[in-house]
Amino acid sequence: MTIQTDTSTSYTAPGIEGMVSDWSADKQAFDMPWGKLMMWIFLLSDTFIFSIFLTGYMTVRLSATDAWPNPSEVFALEIAGHHLPLILIAIMTFALITSSGTMAMAVNYAYRGDRRKTAWLMAATALLGASFVGMQVFEWSKLISEGVRPWGNPMGAAQFGSAFFMITGFHGLHVTAGVIYLSIVARKVARGDYEQKGYAIVEITGLYWHFVDLVWVFIFAFFYLW
Amino acid sequence: MSATAGQQHPIGIYLKIWLLLFVLSTFSYLVDFFHVEGYLRWTLILVFMFLKAGFIIAIFMHVAWERLALKYVLFLPLSAVAILIILMAVEGDYTFLTRHLYFDR
Repeated sequence: MTIQTDTSTSYTAPGIEGMVSDWSADKQAFDMPWGKLMMWIFLLSDTFIFSIFLTGYMTVRLSATDAWPNPSEVFALEIAGHHLPLILIAIMTFALITSSGTMAMAVNYAYRGDRRKTAWLMAATALLGASFVGMQVFEWSKLISEGVRPWGNPMGAAQFGSAFFMITGFHGLHVTAGVIYLSIVARKVARGDYEQKGYAIVEITGLYWHFVDLVWVFIFAFFYLW
Repeated sequence: MSATAGQQHPIGIYLKIWLLLFVLSTFSYLVDFFHVEGYLRWTLILVFMFLKAGFIIAIFMHVAWERLALKYVLFLPLSAVAILIILMAVEGDYTFLTRHLYFDR
């Protein structure tokens, strides 16, 4: 066995060997600020929550004997005389992806030390997130007015409502929390609170925001398109 | 903290991925718009979904540049989710069949 004193204390060794040295050497296992690691652990637990929601949705949809309402039609809108399937959901998806882009740019500018641009990009991200929640409120009120309830609906399988309100509701809650989180950090960035501590906080906030977008990718595919 | 503490990459890569995510989202919307059905629909939806998720995780969340020690912590536990999905798919099918067998009107 060879003892590699040169690589075990740094974070440069690649591959499996590097991982073993990261875990076993006399140093912290993860090469990152503790806040970032804690955000990753939180996101992992959140992944499990959303996975369980989506798996539950899969189970009730598989076992429903009534026809599942066609999401393409349920979420269609009439715009200027045109019948457009799923159009609001598409706009919501683009709003969230745009916000992910502005967030990625904010992280980049934060590490470059450009406080002004970082704060503005984070504010733009929060604004796009707020518009997403606004559209979701519209979508919910439209469905509620059409008689969709957690225990039944006029279009088909009763389980549709409970799956819809639970999954999109929990995601919407995450977006809302993200908007508040982003606004607070953006304000502190603009004020210069992180000049001493460094700008890892922007990357940590970004991780949360990208995760919210990531969850939407799966909800969009499994709930709206399936 | 070591020198790798801050993730710094050229801005161009974010713009490219951003554009790519737009294109992929448009594609997945078009799957529904053009009423693609059956196995082709599900395959396309899953392919676009995994591509989008992969780019968000790898580039936007910087996992591509993280150490293996973190990657394993993030992805190994997800095998439990995969097992849950398989078990629940079997369970859902079983419930569906017994409902038809005993409660069919």
